[in-house]
Amino acid sequence: MAGLQLLSEYGLRVDGRRPNELRQIRCKMGVFSQPDGSAYLEQGNTKVLAAVYGPHEVRLNRSKTHHDRAYINCQFSMAVFSTSERKRRPRGDRKSQEMDMNLNQIFESAIRTELYPRSRIDIYLEVLQADGSNFSACVNAATLALIDAGIPLKDYVCSCTSTLAPSQGGAPPTPMVDVNHVEETLGGPGLSMSTLPRLDSVVHLELSGTRLHLSHIDPVAEKAATGAADIMAVLDKAVRGHVAQCLHAREVSGQGADA
Amino acid sequence: MADILLSEAEKTFILHGVRDNVRNDGRSCSEFRPIELELGLVENANGSARVRLANTDVLVAVKCEIDNPSSNFPDEGKLDFFVDCSANATPQFEGKGGEQLAVELAALMSRAYQTRESFNLSTLSIIKGMKCWKLCIDVLILECGGSLIDAISMGTKAALADTKIPKVSVIGSDEGSLELELADEADGREEPLDWHHAPCLVTLNKLEDSLLVDASAEEEACCAAALIVGVSPNKKITTTSIPGHGSFLADSKVFTRALNLAVDVGVKLNTALEAAIKKHQTLKPPPRGFLD
Repeated sequence: MAGLQLLSEYGLRVDGRRPNELRQIRCKMGVFSQPDGSAYLEQGNTKVLAAVYGPHEVRLNRSKTHHDRAYINCQFSMAVFSTSERKRRPRGDRKSQEMDMNLNQIFESAIRTELYPRSRIDIYLEVLQADGSNFSACVNAATLALIDAGIPLKDYVCSCTSTLAPSQGGAPPTPMVDVNHVEETLGGPGLSMSTLPRLDSVVHLELSGTRLHLSHIDPVAEKAATGAADIMAVLDKAVRGHVAQCLHAREVSGQGADA
Repeated sequence: MADILLSEAEKTFILHGVRDNVRNDGRSCSEFRPIELELGLVENANGSARVRLANTDVLVAVKCEIDNPSSNFPDEGKLDFFVDCSANATPQFEGKGGEQLAVELAALMSRAYQTRESFNLSTLSIIKGMKCWKLCIDVLILECGGSLIDAISMGTKAALADTKIPKVSVIGSDEGSLELELADEADGREEPLDWHHAPCLVTLNKLEDSLLVDASAEEEACCAAALIVGVSPNKKITTTSIPGHGSFLADSKVFTRALNLAVDVGVKLNTALEAAIKKHQTLKPPPRGFLD
């Protein structure tokens, strides 16, 4: 892709966004009836489905119970048609296993596990279409699914991936928020940050791609953190809308009178 | 399949209802639950379809690859089925848990499409003996609520209807290796497939002497035996299968009745599916996917 620049001379990215603009986020909670909680999230063209089962009894592997808290199990899976080149294995490869571990770590710090000793919470993620920031989209979708399942969290877990566009024509390099597939693959660092925005804490931080100079880490990280906070606003609005809808449905069907 | 725990009382209740031709949700024994179909959800694929049969949810995508034809059939393309049971459907499908079911389903679909009458593979040939199209049909099972193979077969047929293969031209050949050029999408030079004879698979569950069409997960848990029949629109059976550990009495009339009913239902299902696909293709509604 000779001549394709991450940031054009007018300050526009490859998909027409400004460096601090997020992609359009659309989401829906309660997509499926079988899981205890489910959510569908779109961040631009990245589409992710999350399903949560739990808290429930640990049946098969008794050794995995903790006496004082819940055992969190996450699985990250990409559909074979999610990428433009067909993927051979949906899950089980090294990268997916690493993502599983990262997700476990994130949600163990965000879920109030001390409320469910000796139980297990399963979080399953399925990427239907991968267009960049797949991991971040998964974290956001999983948060919504956990809320849909009624599992208490310390705060929303919001995740965002940011990068640094190389300097052009003497201007300093510009940090950009919410990367898409083109920006991810063109080379350049990708800083993926998951935060609990209201508690101002970072639960996960990962830098991949090329190296990042020490002086650039702060602006890029700050961009990611702001992006995550903006995403929280979107998720919060979606959750409140969903709850209002559920309440309305209950009132209409006459169940509100019992409560 | 996901295990449903049913008490004896619930099983008896279902049985008594079925004897009177009434099922738990008010259907008769030969009615399908409402089916929702949506085409063209997956942008990365050449064709895709999502089928929602009550709470069974299946997403099918078709991707085309250029491949070398097999030496036994040099002038034909290939169909490759891959089923992925997502853990979203049930925790039992986590990791490799769903692999056995996935392999069974993929094998069943391959058998259903094996006959040249259901899908003419010679239309996929590019250059005889050297290059052909391989259609990778990928099925993603998102939720299991009974009648899984029915939903998969409908999804496959719809996804094939949605598939457009780019036109290929040979621009050079050099010492046994060919250079092929794919026409650009913007050119509009894409050809649809001939999907009209593709089969639909119908599952019939046997409960005492009654045959249930489109059994829910609870009903499947009560039934002793099931019969899966692949029916093409011209009333031909492409494959049969008896899954699980059930069996039919050899000399009873139930088996013949089952085959006849399956063909009947299959033909009607094919007609309804074709009508729905045509309606979708003419109206071209904006894609909603999982957001509605």
